[in-house]
Amino acid sequence: MLRIVVIRLIQAIPVLLLIAVMAFILMHLIPGDPAVVIAGADAGPAAVERIRHELGLDRPILEQLLSWLVNLGTGDFGRSLVLNQTVLSAVGERLPVTMSLAMLSLAITLPVGVFLGILAAYFRGSWIDAAVMTLALVGVSVPAFWIGILSVILFSVTLGWFPSAGYAPLLANGPGAWLSSLIQPAFILSLFQIGFLARMTRSGMLDVLDQDFIRTARAKGVSEWRTVGRHAFRNALVGVVTVAGIILSLLIGGSVVIEQVFALPGIGRLVVQAILARDYPLIQGTMLLFGFAFVVINICVDLIYLWVDPRVRYD
Amino acid sequence: MTRVPLLSVENLTVQFRGDSGWVTAIEDVSFEIGAGENLGIVGESGSGKSVSALSILRLHGRANTRYASGAIRFGGRDLLSMSERELRKVRGGDIAMIFQDPMSSLNPVLTIAEQIIEPLQLHQGLSSAAARRRAIELLEMVRIADAGRRIDEYPHRLSGGMRQRVMIAIAIACQPKLLIADEPTTALDVTIQGQILELLRDLQREIGMSVVLITHDLGVIAEFAQRVLVMYAGRVIEQAPVAALFNRPMHPYTDGLIDAVPKLDGDLHRLTTIPGSIPDLATVIPGCRFNPRCREAMDVCRRNAPALLPVGPDHLSRCPPRAAARGAA
Repeated sequence: MLRIVVIRLIQAIPVLLLIAVMAFILMHLIPGDPAVVIAGADAGPAAVERIRHELGLDRPILEQLLSWLVNLGTGDFGRSLVLNQTVLSAVGERLPVTMSLAMLSLAITLPVGVFLGILAAYFRGSWIDAAVMTLALVGVSVPAFWIGILSVILFSVTLGWFPSAGYAPLLANGPGAWLSSLIQPAFILSLFQIGFLARMTRSGMLDVLDQDFIRTARAKGVSEWRTVGRHAFRNALVGVVTVAGIILSLLIGGSVVIEQVFALPGIGRLVVQAILARDYPLIQGTMLLFGFAFVVINICVDLIYLWVDPRVRYD
Repeated sequence: MTRVPLLSVENLTVQFRGDSGWVTAIEDVSFEIGAGENLGIVGESGSGKSVSALSILRLHGRANTRYASGAIRFGGRDLLSMSERELRKVRGGDIAMIFQDPMSSLNPVLTIAEQIIEPLQLHQGLSSAAARRRAIELLEMVRIADAGRRIDEYPHRLSGGMRQRVMIAIAIACQPKLLIADEPTTALDVTIQGQILELLRDLQREIGMSVVLITHDLGVIAEFAQRVLVMYAGRVIEQAPVAALFNRPMHPYTDGLIDAVPKLDGDLHRLTTIPGSIPDLATVIPGCRFNPRCREAMDVCRRNAPALLPVGPDHLSRCPPRAAARGAA
């Protein structure tokens, strides 16, 4: 178990290195200059040039890349060009917001998506199946920002149940305010994921429900509830875990849009601001962080496989 | 017949929903089985033998199956009109079942222990510890060596023969009165087949259960069954004690099945077959359903649907011309 984790982490190093280099190259390929942004619209060429020199942006690209990588090796992600703080502290401040949002959204998605998927599979071809699949299609197709705006109009403006924007930190404001500030964006973020998960669960369950061992379970006198929930779902779980991993990755990406809509000070908004300002170190740092998050999620998924499927365990 | 039947299937007709409406899979099937008796059901693929077997415990998919008529009496009650809840008490309790393919009939993600313990807890209310002890005993009964260790393994670690033994252990867990074995040896090596049949016979003696054995292999029938039901295209076409069936078959289809068994003392270079193949469920064949493949078919066979007639002691046949000929002789 521990051996597998260590091996996977070592394997992740070249992946992360590649992400780092790609992030660096991509940002420098995009037209635009952080020095111009920092100097402001009225600054003359001389001022811009001075800022470029101060930031080290006038050095050759390769040299900039190497020094960034060397600093990374010592744990130094550099300083943000515009925020006047280090990349690590900027990310560290906003990480709890995004993590809270992603976790809350996952906590809504998993039970609802799995339940709807099982329901649709069990009642395949019936109106229940049709209703769930239509709902899933709507969830997958409707853009989150649009649903988000509609939801704000209804629940925040008209009904006044939830705040329309902003984040209430858990420690400072208590769980009630924290939950109330996140529940709306988390639910909207979930809509897409629920549709996705319900579809994948349904097709996984359909495969399993036709298997001979389901008939064996029924022949033993096992109740329908237990046949579906234990004998069938345990087999469909491998697929569900895979999808849950993908969903968590998507949630982190999806937070970029939803954090804009609900003005949540999370990583997603940070990335958008950083890109607009061409804040190279900050963009590179957050991209690396996203890459690292994906790697960790994948390792977790692999570990859960071991637990869920005995056939993997022995290989 | 003074035998008090343990189970009697009466005029059972089962239909499945197809692409173009309901098709009849088995029609007017009747048979009974006494306590401690072995009944063999034989026929080609598509003859309706497995459909009949699965119907006893209503194991067909609920949405697409219709038990159009008939009754299945067991212990004074009709299994067809029972509620699901009542039927679940019978399944795995008084009537147990094993299936054709042991590779896919066990749940791959549950241990052997979990799968054997389940019916023990459901039907006998045993505690986990007691159920586990009993499960090890059961594995020993089906002659799995090192049962105490094997019980915690997953099915994929076991060979096909071992898995079928586990299936049998699950089936006999609650000492059923009736075991339905749906082609239990078809998917296994010949040597293993013999072992499994022997095991079934021994267990039957120990537990005193009846066995319905479904197979397409007349050799297995000759070895195992006391009475035989021959099915063709969803109907029972002959029913007889095993000796009478082999010595005095009263239906041309049964002749064909017997001739199709390769014999070591005959011509080894030629395998005898029945010409043609079993008709599709949806095909309507006027008269006797076997007449297109029958060497002895007469005009009457193409016109009138034959009835199942008595042709000897405990012997029924659905071939009136044969019955008339033999009766006259």
